[in-house]
Amino acid sequence: MRTLEQTTREVLDLASKHFNVPAGSLAPEDDFFKKLGIDSLQTLEMLSRLENHFGIELPDYEVQGVSDFRTLASRIQSRL
Amino acid sequence: MKSFTGKTLRWEWCDGLLELTLDREPANEIGTAMLAELEQFVAGFPALIPETAVCIISSERKHGFSAGADLRELYHTAAHFPEKERLSGVREFIERIHAVFNAIDAAPFVTIAAVQGVCFGGGFELALTCDLIVADKMARFAFPELRLGLIPGFGGIPRLKRDLGNAFVRDLLLTGRSVNAARAQSVGLVAQLAAEGEALRIARATAAQVMKFDSVTRAAAKKFIKPIPHEDLRREIDLFCELFARPAVMAALKKFVESTDAMPYLP
Repeated sequence: MRTLEQTTREVLDLASKHFNVPAGSLAPEDDFFKKLGIDSLQTLEMLSRLENHFGIELPDYEVQGVSDFRTLASRIQSRL
Repeated sequence: MKSFTGKTLRWEWCDGLLELTLDREPANEIGTAMLAELEQFVAGFPALIPETAVCIISSERKHGFSAGADLRELYHTAAHFPEKERLSGVREFIERIHAVFNAIDAAPFVTIAAVQGVCFGGGFELALTCDLIVADKMARFAFPELRLGLIPGFGGIPRLKRDLGNAFVRDLLLTGRSVNAARAQSVGLVAQLAAEGEALRIARATAAQVMKFDSVTRAAAKKFIKPIPHEDLRREIDLFCELFARPAVMAALKKFVESTDAMPYLP
């Protein structure tokens, strides 16, 4: 079972890899919309990548309004 | 080779395989222009049917198969008309969409949707007219219409109910959530999963297999197993139009059109 810290790290790694952001340049408290500059279609892509990576389903309404990596990771953690 | 290139889509026929490619920025929204070209596409069926074994519907747009109905066009067009004319215009549009989707659904050749990225609302309803759905692992399916105070209007509920259990229809419809390709395959919606960007290639490989079978048997088998739910489709049109008449729908459309939210399809 992953810890929340591990889950957060994997979310950050996945985001930096997928959106071509230098590894280590993202922090748990970052606003991913601002930091990654993603639109609604890319938000859905990120959701798919997270679901595929963690092998979970994360309903859209659970991440609606979430904008920082730490909170996103905690929503994922509750589904692991 | 026979082909057509329009403003929102193109199709080409070669050796029994018909390929329809949706190609409208940003995400193949289905509005009047795409509807008119889809009507042209199905108008060609009588000539194509004798020599067509398979039709693949796919998208040129990297981010998705189709985001659904063109809600911006719908809102701006509807806003110009008084209520009574607005409703008759919406009903006419929906009737035309149903005629096209029914023609694709009932085509005697085998139809395959090759899906990537977003497959929402009307786009999902188009995919549901197909016999098989091949989806890449980044595909997502949703019926987000309830956020607008509407139900899906392009035949989605009757077709999904025909193909899958009512419980899954309720899950999508009543929550408005999107489900990924793996989940869609687990419930039987998606026939085959593809790696990212590989849905069309796998659809073509599937088409090559389908083309080995006798055309009369293939068409008879399809007609036997895939009835068109005409009665439910008719009721869907009436319910859609009844719901569209409420002022809350125009208000919700306005909110959507003006939204800058990252998930504007959610209420």
